[in-house]
Amino acid sequence: MYRYDEFDHAFVGARVAEFSDQVKRRVSGELTEDQFKPLRLMNGVYLQLHAYMLRIAIPYGTLSAKQMRRLAHIARVYDRGYGHFTTRQNIQFNWPALSDTPAILQELAEVEMHAIQTSGNCIRNVTADHFAGATVDEIADPRPYAEILRQWSSIHPEFSYLPRKFKIAVTASEADRAAIQVHDIGLKLVRNAQGEIGFEYYVGGGQGRTPMVAKLVSPFVAERDLLSFTTAVMRVYNLYGRRDNKYKARVKILVHELGPEKFREEVEAEWAVIRDSELVLPAKDVAAIQAYFAPPVLRDRPDGLIALADAFKHDAAFKAWVRQNCNEHTHPDYAIVTISLKAIGAIPGDASDVQMDVVADLAERYGHDEIRVSHEQNLVLPHVAKADLPTLYATLVEHELATSNAGLISDIIACPGLDYCALATARSIPIAQAIALRFADLEHQRDIGELKLKISGCINACGHHHVGHIGILGIEKRGEEHYQVSLGGAADNDTAVGEIVGPGFSAEELPGKIEVIVNTYLAGRVSHGERFIDYTRRVGLAPYKIALYGAEEVAH
Amino acid sequence: MKPDKKTTSKVLTANRLNDGISVWFTGIDWSVNINDALVAADAEAGSALEAVADKATAVAQHCDVVLIDVEQTANGVQPLKLRERIRAFGPTITYDTGSFAANYETRSTAANVEAF
Repeated sequence: MYRYDEFDHAFVGARVAEFSDQVKRRVSGELTEDQFKPLRLMNGVYLQLHAYMLRIAIPYGTLSAKQMRRLAHIARVYDRGYGHFTTRQNIQFNWPALSDTPAILQELAEVEMHAIQTSGNCIRNVTADHFAGATVDEIADPRPYAEILRQWSSIHPEFSYLPRKFKIAVTASEADRAAIQVHDIGLKLVRNAQGEIGFEYYVGGGQGRTPMVAKLVSPFVAERDLLSFTTAVMRVYNLYGRRDNKYKARVKILVHELGPEKFREEVEAEWAVIRDSELVLPAKDVAAIQAYFAPPVLRDRPDGLIALADAFKHDAAFKAWVRQNCNEHTHPDYAIVTISLKAIGAIPGDASDVQMDVVADLAERYGHDEIRVSHEQNLVLPHVAKADLPTLYATLVEHELATSNAGLISDIIACPGLDYCALATARSIPIAQAIALRFADLEHQRDIGELKLKISGCINACGHHHVGHIGILGIEKRGEEHYQVSLGGAADNDTAVGEIVGPGFSAEELPGKIEVIVNTYLAGRVSHGERFIDYTRRVGLAPYKIALYGAEEVAH
Repeated sequence: MKPDKKTTSKVLTANRLNDGISVWFTGIDWSVNINDALVAADAEAGSALEAVADKATAVAQHCDVVLIDVEQTANGVQPLKLRERIRAFGPTITYDTGSFAANYETRSTAANVEAF
């Protein structure tokens, strides 16, 4: 993991001191709310429906046990005993007092964390594949590059007041688990014919009220050019991005309006000026950052095979969990473990202080002190010996963390929605709970197979509904909550925006309608191997429309 | 049917500066319970509350001070909009199971949750 150097410590410490003073001046009345609001937002403090909300950055979703324990401590001491892991691999606390935020930020600084750039029109937390550094299908760990981008973009003077917020995601695997094509910049590590590392460089993806899939701006940006090319992209955006209308201010609109060709020309022209400047990324600097992310020394544990075979004989639930929630690791004696924060009927992405402490303990004991937060709002232990899985699983079961539903219909992404969010137009969490309960039978979920269901409580799409295989958008219609359903979205290599299937439904109707959709798929798939998304791509929306609204209705 | 803005009852609400908690103006002070709120039943009373709103913002001890539409019901004061009802009565989800129960705390009551 990256460790703060003297500069980092001094910088974060200075920000805590500065914000403490700003809070003091606000509470004394010296600063008005209008003056204070942009200052608190720069430090991750929002005001939501019921209280303040503090959003804390978890760079590329990587945490140590010590950091996770500190989050548990903050939940317990300063909040209401729980936190919410988000689709940007961050954590949000829903009830901190403003007067406590300086102390919270001080506690975070002690474990090398902060809330800087978790709000505002700047470059936000850089996200990455949550299986990075452990998965068999990557060409290199993408996190050193995410860390380089984090350092470069932190309080970058030129890019702190962009037309709008800016999100970057990095992956290094063939299978995209970081949803890079719905980010402002999406980077995929690739090797060229000479075996050198570079990036497939996507720009202009995003969700919100105008969902767009990112465009490939360059098939290969060399490692040395990462910062100069990114600077060129940011400069073109900063110069031409619209500032007159916040709904048209994201880079996706600029790329769309200019067209990818013209956008690329503008970037190339700017890049030609700066590509050999001080922005060249020296190989030795990359190597220095890579050293922080050196994989843990994993000793061989061939006892795992027998341990698993033995446990499988006695415990079908454990076997199902291993099959569903454990992924292949580069070391054959190890596995990548997904800890579901989606117990059936629970609040997606929420973890209690006790659960956070449990995960920290398990990471320390069995997981080489590493935890990841996934953009799908689960936790991941990336390096667990297969021999330790039975013991680990037993502890997870005790704390409602062992639901074997990773990638299944109840592994739902949901934004906080109208239960917390000041922008929301409808509730998300109760909808997620009702759907998960409707499909509570895990065997049935496994039969349905991979199905990504994502729920947003407003058009801003924090719950990624546009790219859900089934996407649900909550809106307000004549004073009532109303839910639009879209189908066929995806955030993987074949990223696509879903299509609205027809008129929406009330909260009460919705779980039944989702069941109709799933049953339509089950009846129509050619085999168990044809996933929901494959079937939907093959047949389109027609069978779903007929099942939901009737043939006669559809004909009209 | 859309409420008639001129005749709809109103209360004054804000978030407390220090902890951000939602509060309602009682006529004298601010309360965390909407049922303590002073309900302005006519335009004149509404204007008086607006004056309080301006003052509350000016002295800077409250944020997001706004008038909202309410109705008096058998269960007490109820905001007309769902957003404001949730703001008044807390999240409609509960945290009273498993390891979440240890620090369970909310202003919601069972009756309020049922109201949704």
